[in-house]
Amino acid sequence: MNTLWDFLSMSDANVRFVTIGSVLLAASSAVVGCFTVLRKRALVGDAVAHAVLPGVCLAFILTGEKNPLILLLGSFLTGWLSLIIIDLVTANSRVKEDTAIGLVLSVFFGIGILLLTSIQHSNNENQSGLDKFLFGSAAALVGQDLITFGAVAVLLLLSVLLLYKEFKLVSFDLAYARTIGLPVRGLELLLTTLTVLAVVVGIQSVGVVLMSAMLITPAAAARFWTDRLGAMVLIAALMSAFCGAAGAYVSFTAPAMPTGPWIVMLLSLLAIVSFILAPKKGLLARYLMQRRLRRQMTRENILKTLFHLGEAKGEYEHSYSKQQILERRRQPLVRMKNGLNALRRQGLVQESSNGWALTPPGKKEAQRIVRLHRLWELYLTEYLHLASDHVHEDAESIEHVLTPELEKRLEELLDYPTADPHHTIIPQQP
Amino acid sequence: MIQHVTNPVLEVHDLTVSYQRKPVLWDVDLTLPQQALVGIIGPNGAGKSTLIKAIMGLLPLNSGFVELFGKPLEEVRKRVSYVPQRESVDWDFPASALDVAMMGTYGQLGLFRRPGSREKKLAMEALEKVGMQDFAHRQISQLSGGQQQRVFLSRALAQDADLYLMDEPFAGVDIATETAIIELLRQMRDNGKTVVVVHHDLQSAQDYFDWIILLNMRLVASGPTEETLTPPLLEKTYGGRLTELSRVSELLQKKQFPIRETKPTRK
Repeated sequence: MNTLWDFLSMSDANVRFVTIGSVLLAASSAVVGCFTVLRKRALVGDAVAHAVLPGVCLAFILTGEKNPLILLLGSFLTGWLSLIIIDLVTANSRVKEDTAIGLVLSVFFGIGILLLTSIQHSNNENQSGLDKFLFGSAAALVGQDLITFGAVAVLLLLSVLLLYKEFKLVSFDLAYARTIGLPVRGLELLLTTLTVLAVVVGIQSVGVVLMSAMLITPAAAARFWTDRLGAMVLIAALMSAFCGAAGAYVSFTAPAMPTGPWIVMLLSLLAIVSFILAPKKGLLARYLMQRRLRRQMTRENILKTLFHLGEAKGEYEHSYSKQQILERRRQPLVRMKNGLNALRRQGLVQESSNGWALTPPGKKEAQRIVRLHRLWELYLTEYLHLASDHVHEDAESIEHVLTPELEKRLEELLDYPTADPHHTIIPQQP
Repeated sequence: MIQHVTNPVLEVHDLTVSYQRKPVLWDVDLTLPQQALVGIIGPNGAGKSTLIKAIMGLLPLNSGFVELFGKPLEEVRKRVSYVPQRESVDWDFPASALDVAMMGTYGQLGLFRRPGSREKKLAMEALEKVGMQDFAHRQISQLSGGQQQRVFLSRALAQDADLYLMDEPFAGVDIATETAIIELLRQMRDNGKTVVVVHHDLQSAQDYFDWIILLNMRLVASGPTEETLTPPLLEKTYGGRLTELSRVSELLQKKQFPIRETKPTRK
């Protein structure tokens, strides 16, 4: 607990730098990443990240020192160049975009590694730490570096804030944006530039290899929690900022732990949690909904079976044993038991020593389902001209999904029918 | 049968357009009158969508020019509104119906300025006109095809233009929506607007439009419906492609020839 307090108080200037730096870099790349993902250019981020390496090395070779501004400029130039080449190759050859991205990524990265290796063998004493660009080193984010990279990160956030509505439209409908006179080419160029900048500054903390995760993961995770662009951008930024701070904390408590990879690990964890737990779109929510529907169908089928038994007998509130119900309708015993218990709790059936019987509200509900079943059968024979022995299976599943609205419409279409295609009575609405 | 009008809302002059170096529209020349419901009719691949995309400046021209209200597009953008094909966007985009309708006000707003309550009101009114006000806050992927089409229309309405160009607004739309849309378009025409619609159903064309453009890689006819929707002209439009034209198009593409030796000029 003490270490957490030490960390949060930020009394150590180094901790302060690393944390502020990581939070800013993570949040700004997440914000820009949202638009990259929505424009379906997620892979492009990866290509830029790899293409930045030769720029860093060239800048160093030319100047012989590690001035952050110069390195930034160098990486920006090659990052940009790689995007132009991808666009040119896609536009002017038979090579498709994904292939072009793969080609450019590996060629640029190859050149980068080549230059890096030759620098390492060059005996320039300034070169130590240059290889940090491969895997990143947030701990190096101090002083001048922090100010430079932090300024770029703030610039990114400001541009998105200012041009939010334009970026939204360009990402959603490019052609329409052009027709209303937006400077689409300029905006696209700016978005691309922002992506490159985000990559260039992000590389400082997570490195070439992990950079695309910083762009894509928060956006993909945030999309699960909301259907609004504004909220998506905000959630992505907050998730990333939190992971940035948490990554800094981890390497504060255990100096052997690298900040960047931890940020990416935590982000991925958050993304996996989002995929599973997010309301409505998450795996769990979808599974639960399926289960609820299956259970509802089981309950409705039991009610219907009791109704059919009553129909044969002419008395609807008679009790039947589980065996009798099973004879009328085959189903797994456990599932039926659970269904019966749920129905009892809802007051739709009651249990006595003689077995299970419909209550008056239960009969009403059962009648509704049977009615929908027979209406649908009639609709199929009348309007789709199906043979009457082919319609039962269909109606078995459709009866659960028909809404009162559709029920009314079917009744109108069929002119308030009283009997189904098998000449059984369609129970009227109570 | 190509009928020209004086003081046209839209003038297309000697327009040639190509896709990937293959001409798909040859030398189209037409004018459209004010206050009309215009249908662009033709078989698949006739260049119907290409024509309105070229008019909206979305495709480079090989020859010719387009004038709207007697001026180039740049000067009158605010008076023209475009409805793209529904499939041209990803409906899984995180936006509500209201968000999309609101995009219609972005042109008036200009760069940097954020939409406020006035824009929201305009967008709501546009949604009401297409009967989508109850779905304003629904995510767009949860809407049916017909509803998505109406949202697209509402975005164009929020622009409050004088000329509307719509790419297949009736594609994949249920009959109730189609009736509602055509009723709306008629009202717009009666209020003095010109509405140009790419359409592929001959049956309904007769009764929807008062001006028809028949297209099949070249302009077959342009004029009032009763004079253009005639068996001989339809035969010319649908009765097989001009094979020589298609072959020259393919040849130009294959041999990578330039389609015109000079750049297009205005008048």
